Amino acid sequence: MARIELRSIQKFFGAVQVLKDVNLTIEDGEFVVMLGQSGCGKTTTLRAIAGLETVSSGTISIDGREVQDLRAADRDIAFVFQSFSLYPHMTVYENIAFPLRAVGMSQDQREAAVREVAKVLGIERLLNRKPSALSGGDMQRVAIGRALVRRPKALLMDEPIGALDAKLREQMRAEIKRLHIARNSTSVYVTHDQIEAMSLADRIVVMHGGLLQQVGAPEEVYNRPANLFVAQFVGSPVMNVSGVAIEGGAGAAVLSFGQGAGIPVAGGHVGHIPGGKAVKLGIRPEAVLLRHEPGEGFVETTTTNVEPLGSHEIVDVRLGETTLRARVEPGFVADGQRVWVGLDPQRAHFFDGETGLALRRTA
Amino acid sequence: MAEVKTKGEVIFNRAAVIAVIVALVVMLTPIFWIAATAFKPRNLATTVPPTVFFEPTLSPFAKLFTKRSQLREPVEQEVYDNAAWWEKLIYDGGEQVVRNRKSGEVTSSGFGNRYMNSLIVSVISTLLAVSMGTITAYGFSRFRVPGEQDWLFFILSTRMLPPVVVAIPMFLMYRAVGLHDTHIGLIILYTAFNLSFAVWIMKGFIDEIPREYEEAALVDGYTRLQAFWKIVLPEALTGIAATAVFCFITAWNEYAFALMMTSKNAQTAPPYIPSQVGSGLSDWTVIASGAFLFLLPVAVFTFLLRNHLLRGMSFGAIRK
Repeated sequence: MARIELRSIQKFFGAVQVLKDVNLTIEDGEFVVMLGQSGCGKTTTLRAIAGLETVSSGTISIDGREVQDLRAADRDIAFVFQSFSLYPHMTVYENIAFPLRAVGMSQDQREAAVREVAKVLGIERLLNRKPSALSGGDMQRVAIGRALVRRPKALLMDEPIGALDAKLREQMRAEIKRLHIARNSTSVYVTHDQIEAMSLADRIVVMHGGLLQQVGAPEEVYNRPANLFVAQFVGSPVMNVSGVAIEGGAGAAVLSFGQGAGIPVAGGHVGHIPGGKAVKLGIRPEAVLLRHEPGEGFVETTTTNVEPLGSHEIVDVRLGETTLRARVEPGFVADGQRVWVGLDPQRAHFFDGETGLALRRTA
Repeated sequence: MAEVKTKGEVIFNRAAVIAVIVALVVMLTPIFWIAATAFKPRNLATTVPPTVFFEPTLSPFAKLFTKRSQLREPVEQEVYDNAAWWEKLIYDGGEQVVRNRKSGEVTSSGFGNRYMNSLIVSVISTLLAVSMGTITAYGFSRFRVPGEQDWLFFILSTRMLPPVVVAIPMFLMYRAVGLHDTHIGLIILYTAFNLSFAVWIMKGFIDEIPREYEEAALVDGYTRLQAFWKIVLPEALTGIAATAVFCFITAWNEYAFALMMTSKNAQTAPPYIPSQVGSGLSDWTVIASGAFLFLLPVAVFTFLLRNHLLRGMSFGAIRK
């Protein structure tokens, strides 16, 4: 197992720069998930670590050894592709044994290693089948088996379960987590699915436009987003973001949403925000509070839309010039009904209106 | 597969079946005709109306491989009785085998040699064109080649001139460098001619093989060459088989270059067979037997590779 370090990685495809100064250290045994939209550079980063893509500048080291000029074969890294990439003309057994043949392992050792990994993954009964006779989940188990059998320094996965249906995805997600815990292999996992990222990662790396936006534990990325992009990309339903004006002083302040609509908050929550600056408020739907009767810090409004989602409902309420989405119990309120809306100031995030960077309390 | 059909579709389907049968009859009749004539006695070959039922004989084949002369007078009974079965067939037709005066050896008509030449030239040029074509196509498919489109067009453009146009300059060049009437000369010509075809067809097939297969092999610890050998080639087998069949047929059937570039040593069967039509009374049964033997390798080769061919022709039509 290994520690992977990326230092000042840049990558150009022709005139297009897809990676702009990527710096990242992945600790031994860590499960890192790279999260971002398609085209953000996450897959390119992963392929650069594997040696399937050259980098234009910067260094990649695995266990302290610089590998950016080594061939993929010499990096001792395994890769799981979204398309599984099982060799169609080989049986499952031959597929899993293929990396072992590259290093010239004896037939007995190969057999033992393949059987062991097949047992861990529960695919022993499939060993004589061709990939075309497998279900999607089994194909991915075989692909993971092929990656693990060699006991590589690190396991790289490029949206490995993206091609599966929802139920199977959930099951495979749990399986990947179990395997990681059992084997403790350094893993880098690329996905655009924030639920996968939240549930699997020791640390999440959020990428956008070839830059790392935030690196941190799932709770940290969720609760303390570094900027507006991260705030809106992580979390479902999406965080409410709206421009606000902060009126009032240190004692008590009002968050004004325009057209006279404002929510009072204790000044301690906004005291760190420099005056005279365009500010955006970000607040997750679960921190938008609805009540049926007036109260301190609540203002009257009406609901404009209700989306029932089974376990909870998402309610749109109009507040000044913006619409806030709130998460409530099923059947809490009907469409067009009068309610009182308030905010949980502990869970309110403020961002610089121009740079999008989080304005954090310095305490 | 029992989807609902309208009445119109049912009628259309029946009409299509009939059309296929008609097309089959039209295409197979000449082949049946050649096969039948190859086994006919000479006097039944040109009857009007045609003879359909007859007792098959091998005498056209006996004649095909030997040099013969007309019998002036009937052959002696003792000589006839001692003759081999095929020689008797020739005597029966009123001809005798030409033998070497000193050794008494049978003089060959030269068809056997030409047939062998055809096999040698076609097989070797097919192997060369397909192997070189596959590697070239792989390069074009997987790597960024500067001016890729221009190169591919250039390769294709070598097929744009009909062979007869380049045959005369080629003939002069070949004579100058001593490649005229040699196997190697024809092999080079056919390889060059088929190479462009092989590159284009194989590029299509290799483009269809996902790059991830090789990338998986690369991270699994193999070199690019090993990945090509162990992953790309087995996956491209269908395309290779289809390409080989077409290259082989082209080389096997080629007439114009073979006629001009060869005369004796390296002459292939296609220019030889029509040369036997000659002037005067042609023995059509002999020509038919030559044509029949000439058709066999292509038929066998195509039949052996039929599954690959079918897949090859519909390759890429359905995304798996």
